Amino acid sequence: MEFALSEEQVMLQDSVERLLNDQLPLDRVRELVADGPVHDAQLWQELAALGLCGLLIPEQYGGAGLGLLDAMLVQEILGRHVAPVAFMSTSVLAPLALLAAATSDQKQNWLPRVADGSLQVAVGLSEASGARDGAGVTASDGKLNGRALFVLGAADAELILLCCRDGGLYAVHADAVGLERIALRSIDDTQCLTELNLDNVSAEELPQGDDVIASLLDAGRVLLAADTLGAAQRMLEMAVSYSQERKQFNRVVGSFQAVKHLCAEMAAELEPCRSLLWYAAYAYEAVPEDARLMACHAKSQLGEVGRFVARTATEVHGGMGFTDLLGLHYWFKRIGLNRQLLGGPERVREEAARVQGWI
Amino acid sequence: MDLAYSPVYQQFREEVRHFLESHRADWPPRSSLGRPSAAARKWQAMLIAQGYTARTIPAQYGGHGGEPDILKSRIIAEEFTRAGAPGGLAGQGVSMLVPTLLEMGTEEQKKHWIPKTLSGEVLWCQGYSEPGAGSDLANLQTRGTEDGDDFVINGQKIWTSTAHEADMIFCLVRTEPDAPKHKGISYLLFSMDTPGIEVRPLKTMTGHAEFNEVFFTDVRVPKTSIVGERGQGWLVANATLKHERGMLGDPNTAGTRLAAIVELMREETVDGTTLMENPLLRDRLVQLQSRVLSMQFNGLRLLTAQNAGTNPGIARLIVKLQGCELNHQLAALAIDALGELGVLYNASPRLRGKGVWQRSYMFDLGLIIGGGTAQIQKNIIAERGLGMPREPKPAPTPGGAR
Repeated sequence: MEFALSEEQVMLQDSVERLLNDQLPLDRVRELVADGPVHDAQLWQELAALGLCGLLIPEQYGGAGLGLLDAMLVQEILGRHVAPVAFMSTSVLAPLALLAAATSDQKQNWLPRVADGSLQVAVGLSEASGARDGAGVTASDGKLNGRALFVLGAADAELILLCCRDGGLYAVHADAVGLERIALRSIDDTQCLTELNLDNVSAEELPQGDDVIASLLDAGRVLLAADTLGAAQRMLEMAVSYSQERKQFNRVVGSFQAVKHLCAEMAAELEPCRSLLWYAAYAYEAVPEDARLMACHAKSQLGEVGRFVARTATEVHGGMGFTDLLGLHYWFKRIGLNRQLLGGPERVREEAARVQGWI
Repeated sequence: MDLAYSPVYQQFREEVRHFLESHRADWPPRSSLGRPSAAARKWQAMLIAQGYTARTIPAQYGGHGGEPDILKSRIIAEEFTRAGAPGGLAGQGVSMLVPTLLEMGTEEQKKHWIPKTLSGEVLWCQGYSEPGAGSDLANLQTRGTEDGDDFVINGQKIWTSTAHEADMIFCLVRTEPDAPKHKGISYLLFSMDTPGIEVRPLKTMTGHAEFNEVFFTDVRVPKTSIVGERGQGWLVANATLKHERGMLGDPNTAGTRLAAIVELMREETVDGTTLMENPLLRDRLVQLQSRVLSMQFNGLRLLTAQNAGTNPGIARLIVKLQGCELNHQLAALAIDALGELGVLYNASPRLRGKGVWQRSYMFDLGLIIGGGTAQIQKNIIAERGLGMPREPKPAPTPGGAR
């Protein structure tokens, strides 16, 4: 037994960290999202070159054949750099859905293209964790009708996977007749959210979709939690660093206990989350009976701790934290978005209670 | 990352489980940190023989002499918790003095003290804090004045748990009055029967005297009772404090407490519905469960790092702060869930769980303060974990007074 990252996993995180340090300074993020949320296609190709787009895809389809723990570690670094890419939908949720539910033709058509970075897949899973504004998609005779909200992934994704009211999973092509795509605008412009209106849209069913949706939710929750962990860790580091530059009363503000204790509290809250997340990602494949409960805990706990760190780190920066100049708000907003997607803390805690037979 | 247990470990787990079940008659009644009963000492001897406690302490010092194996340690802890079986002795002698002697003691000290301590024959108390030396422990003023082959000790200690029963004390004494405050302290071991020692119980908010004050008047202690060198007591004490902080905030306590609250909330009712049916209480329960699990997995991570000899950094520094606070919050939830029943105390009719929740809620506040206050823990996390600046030193006092 060993509860630690392997050397390969540490190297994986280091390589993504190096790439993003190099390719994605904050100014680049600013520039990209200046006119609203976009997907950074250039960065995506760099990620593809590192083999990250097909991380979860078996080698026979051109991927690396790694597991959810590895994907979670990549997502953590993406959150650290508020990367405007749709790794979670295209490279995690879509491959998991296709591998579990698709026909061999469907797999052959799409998985190699995900792996080489040429196919973006959006995933509509929101209604499986709670439908807002009466959203929901119904399927009959291969045609989809209704509305899907908060679809995750690039706004111009070529393929869309949707969960339907009957529990089935369907693949819709972006150019299908009767499909209307409306960009939603959240606080966080580094991630795209889309509304889909479907009027008799032709779709391909993924035949084994029925049991997959709950498991996709688990994976999505773990990934969102990882993104928040990375973002929050970065905010903590920025707060510690800023507090040792900024002087007031002839001292760096980081030498005041009032400020040190805020930083210590952030670290004390955040560090155990890392272990919880490691286990949740590990359990997804290795301990299936724990997977749902741990995904709920990871999502809920990172939602809470992420919010605490986001506001506290901003506060440590004083007035500058509140401005656009330092750009701290990109992380603040990303953490805010992650908290609500695929079930906010209160909803997933209710699910955690149900999973344990407490209600 | 691999949490699967190989067949060797599965078999070890079976052995532990079988041992606990088949020796149920030998389980001593649960007791506090004071002098162990005959049954508790017999149980301790059985556990050492099995390697379920004092596992890695060399056999020549009365331990089991086993190889370090974090998995087996983990399995032992899990199986004892699962069975509800009492563990080995856990007083300050076993938990703090023994590891300190192993690290800093002479061969003679190890041979002389460790076996008697492990067996429960000798009960220890810890003489660290003083009325004027709490968070600023190095400011301690209890003096050991050299006189021939002895130190003559005068001063006062406080927060000395088990002092009223203890045979021996491990005690910090200022023996080098002219050295800087961190370099003038020695770590001494001496008998509580030495003339000139007076112990007064210190009653706390729980209504019990869990602690004492200890007064020293011309207490004569041979110089040979020192651990480490003269003036090195601060280093030796820090070795001990490290062990204490590892002990305070243990996530297994939180796990046991959480399980008890789950049971309580499923069984107790208000207006005819179970407490678990209240969504607000249930939400608090799940929130605390997230934190308990986080600290348990954090503990697994620490064990792995310990085994690999790597530094787990912040993951270790946060255990005391987070663990003690978590235990306190768990007790608070149990009290809130029980409502009016939750405030019953002192052997009242209708008392639940022998008053354990209120007692824990109050005593945990003592643990949040003791062993390095929460605020001191935050300084440590900020300074050692995050590399933030230390408090600026105050300007020297005129006249050089300490």
